[in-house]
Amino acid sequence: MSAAAGVGQQWVLVEMVQAFYEAPAYHLILEGILILWIIRLIFSKTYKLQERSDLTPKEKEELIEEWQPEPLVPPVPKDHPALNYNVVSGPPTHKITVNGKECINFASFNFLGLLDNEKVKSAAQASLKKYGVGTCGPRGFYGTFDVHLELEDRLAKFMRTEEAIIYSYGFATIASAIPAYSKRGDIVFVDEAACFAIQKGLQASRSNIKLFKHNDMADLERLLKEQEIEDQKNPRKARVTRRFIVVEGLYMNTGDVCPLPELIKLKYKYKVRIFLEESLSFGVLGEHGRGITEHFGINIDDIDLISANMENSLASIGGFCCGRSFIIDHQRLSGQGYCFSASLPPLLAAAAIEALNIMEDNPDIFQTLRAKCEHMHKALQGISGLKVVGESFSPALHLQLEDSSGSRENDVKLLKRVVDYCMNSGIALTQARYLEKEEKCLPSPSFLPVCRVFSMGALQDLHEAVWCS
Amino acid sequence: MYTHVFSTKKNGVSNGTLYKKTFIEHFEQAPMYVAVLTFVGFGVGTIFGYLRDFMRAWGLEKRNIAEEREQQKDFVPLYQDFENFYTRNLYMRIRDNWNRPICSVPGPQFDLMERVTDDYNWTFRFTGRTIKNVINMGSYNYLGFAETEPTALKTVTKELQKYGTGICSTRQEMGTLDKHVELEKLVAKFLGVDDAMVFGMGFATNSMNIPALVGKGCLILSDELNHTSLVLGARLSGATIRIFKHNNMQSLEKLLRDAIIYGQPRSRRAWRKIIILVEGIYSMEGSIVRLPEIVSLKKKYKAYLYLDEAHSIGAVGATGRGVVEYFGMSPDDVDVLMGTFTKSFGAAGGYIAGKKDLVDFLRTHSHSAVYATSMCPPVAEQIIRAMKCLMGLDGTTQGLQRVRQLGKNTRYFRRRLHEMGFIIYGNDDSPVVPLLLYMPGKIGAFARRMLEKNIGVVVVGFPATPITESRARFCVSAAHTREMLDTVLNALDELGDFLQLKYSRYSKSSHPELYEETRFELED
Repeated sequence: MSAAAGVGQQWVLVEMVQAFYEAPAYHLILEGILILWIIRLIFSKTYKLQERSDLTPKEKEELIEEWQPEPLVPPVPKDHPALNYNVVSGPPTHKITVNGKECINFASFNFLGLLDNEKVKSAAQASLKKYGVGTCGPRGFYGTFDVHLELEDRLAKFMRTEEAIIYSYGFATIASAIPAYSKRGDIVFVDEAACFAIQKGLQASRSNIKLFKHNDMADLERLLKEQEIEDQKNPRKARVTRRFIVVEGLYMNTGDVCPLPELIKLKYKYKVRIFLEESLSFGVLGEHGRGITEHFGINIDDIDLISANMENSLASIGGFCCGRSFIIDHQRLSGQGYCFSASLPPLLAAAAIEALNIMEDNPDIFQTLRAKCEHMHKALQGISGLKVVGESFSPALHLQLEDSSGSRENDVKLLKRVVDYCMNSGIALTQARYLEKEEKCLPSPSFLPVCRVFSMGALQDLHEAVWCS
Repeated sequence: MYTHVFSTKKNGVSNGTLYKKTFIEHFEQAPMYVAVLTFVGFGVGTIFGYLRDFMRAWGLEKRNIAEEREQQKDFVPLYQDFENFYTRNLYMRIRDNWNRPICSVPGPQFDLMERVTDDYNWTFRFTGRTIKNVINMGSYNYLGFAETEPTALKTVTKELQKYGTGICSTRQEMGTLDKHVELEKLVAKFLGVDDAMVFGMGFATNSMNIPALVGKGCLILSDELNHTSLVLGARLSGATIRIFKHNNMQSLEKLLRDAIIYGQPRSRRAWRKIIILVEGIYSMEGSIVRLPEIVSLKKKYKAYLYLDEAHSIGAVGATGRGVVEYFGMSPDDVDVLMGTFTKSFGAAGGYIAGKKDLVDFLRTHSHSAVYATSMCPPVAEQIIRAMKCLMGLDGTTQGLQRVRQLGKNTRYFRRRLHEMGFIIYGNDDSPVVPLLLYMPGKIGAFARRMLEKNIGVVVVGFPATPITESRARFCVSAAHTREMLDTVLNALDELGDFLQLKYSRYSKSSHPELYEETRFELED
């Protein structure tokens, strides 16, 4: 048996050797070369393209010695306006003490005058006694208090949506909401005059941004049509690319409203979702202060996401997003400012709840506010050299120079003189501040008189002061 | 064998001569079977997940999640189905361990609102009862300043009455109150630097100031395990980001050398500046940054250092000044000192401190100063009173006592856990104690059983941690008494035996004090 196997093996060997002798020469040579090449590749050293430099260690040390970085921060001129900021002593309410001088406050965004409301303060005091100041944790790790849940509930009921979610900082609200839905490869159409928080949210989302001219629906439609043509070229990609339009209810930079009914029509025609940022219009527009959807009488379910901050009308700190549960619930796990940051201090949440109570109980303050805004708008119209930018019912107006001197710096200096003069006469105003290098579309310099509910008599003084300067 | 210093898996070899006291960190690896079983656990969960999705798609099971509107069904879907697979099928099963609402101050003990679910965690219902006096091992209350004692909160109450709650303005407009100026001076004095600036939110401090400091053409070297706010700030800045292995100085040095020698990729131009982003204490690992080595590297290669002391300010150091004091170094060595007030001071907000021109630059160019609201006055007052207490300016030694108590509690807690045989990560002095659970099933079981014993713990799994390393994270507080810690430790002991969590191969006996008894009855 084994002999046969041995013979069988021998046979195979013999066959191999025979085949070896019978093979053509080129075949053998080719195989030999290939084997030698494999051996060479196995034993050759691998190298990265980058390190193929011919620098000796000594040269490397020299490079390290020679390299000089820029200074960490460039020097700031001593007379930069932001360094000599206005210090407010005491509460920033109707009468404000700026740099030691008492003025009437036309600078804080305290639209409904709730900053020094006694009921709000006592609600905050009660919450302070019960919960202390901080929450010591993010929402996921024992940072959820019953006041947060109550505030979310109340906001959802007030805005008549299914759900609301609270953030602990107004800026972070929209800046975390946008990247939670819009990722790389998605398309966002955004108005040119969008505020900085929206710009940062868009930058963090890494989506394709398409700017359309401020409030220009024709421009937006043109962009949407172009996108449709693109889609037809590549339908598979189009089926997974999400599209969004981001607009503000009342624009901070220009003081006018967005044409929401036309936007809704465009939404259904081109199948884009709408994100609405209502920081200035929440608590201002609409019969009950529900914002621009109430102002135009639009069904709130038509807007996919409404985001607002509580730092203007509600005189608290923080922000919220509201909408349908399908959309809002996603942010509880993927909103960065929600998951990775401590929650809102309970005293601020209690203050916001009380402010909401006041808003619900006295719906006529919105009428009062609107009347005052119209009055102020009319009163400021006739001032020579300055033009009023903004809608008549917007509480935050911009006063810009009618003829710009051509250079932004000179404009800013002139406006600063006006503001200083007003401050000396007892009116606290502020210039609109921007980060010049960071904004995508820098608005012209202006200053912002802000209208508030209890400012009847002061308007006269404002009028006179600005007239004289 | 107990003091086995930093396993080479995580941190590399260190230069011991720069440290004034021993630096002991532990990152023990679990036995192989644990990793295998963890993967098996996730595998089973995934299979069941597919099964349930299939049943839901075919209508065999109720769909509980919210759905898109009827009018918008033909829009491009908002979420990819696969993205939510993990959320729907794995996270949803143990969702009741997170977002637990509380209804009292988050001190060493708190009251939880009882909630039950009728449909396997899809919706929750509050029964109206509260679970009282649950021991709090989850809140970041290191120095115990989350308190409601009237004497402690006297000044805060006064300021709230005087200033109200809101500001309604940004720093550069009408939002700088005298309170902010007072607070900034105090923070600068506390840290021993020229000047400081405070912001309304800790997360936003990072994400809004890193873009102001670096831009295109700069290089950011960031630790592997940095917090999301640092990563977001680095991404928003537009600079190039390179990651070095967690706390690994060889990896950092190699990156620094390569950066300076080879310059920017492709164009070979020199980098404008190089910034190293590190944290004081890493909240998921409990490890402390190797500051002396990083500072020596930074001086040698002329880079800048940005230190995020969110968890370490107030919690480490002989007087609570953070990792700079812990290592005995001077605050001038660190270019940008950043921290938050949420953890050790029981308030909210963040700060950046350093040399005067740095802070001046931030006052003019920070995104937060121009566009975001400033900190609200009662919160600022809380920080002022907590800092005064820590510095001893209120006339008592309470602050120092708190820091010492925290140190004692930390060392006791960690020592006992090691002795029991659990795998604990991190530095011996860090009040953040991660206890490794590994398997997904144990995450839910651990948290629920601890709640039954009236102890509230925090458990973390994927994606906050690597998939095989789920953990429970304890935050020791100065307000915890010895009895509370003992209660927790006994519960952990029992639960560790029940759930088989004692993976450590270096365990000592669990009752060493019995062996220290030297009473021997001599029988004549």
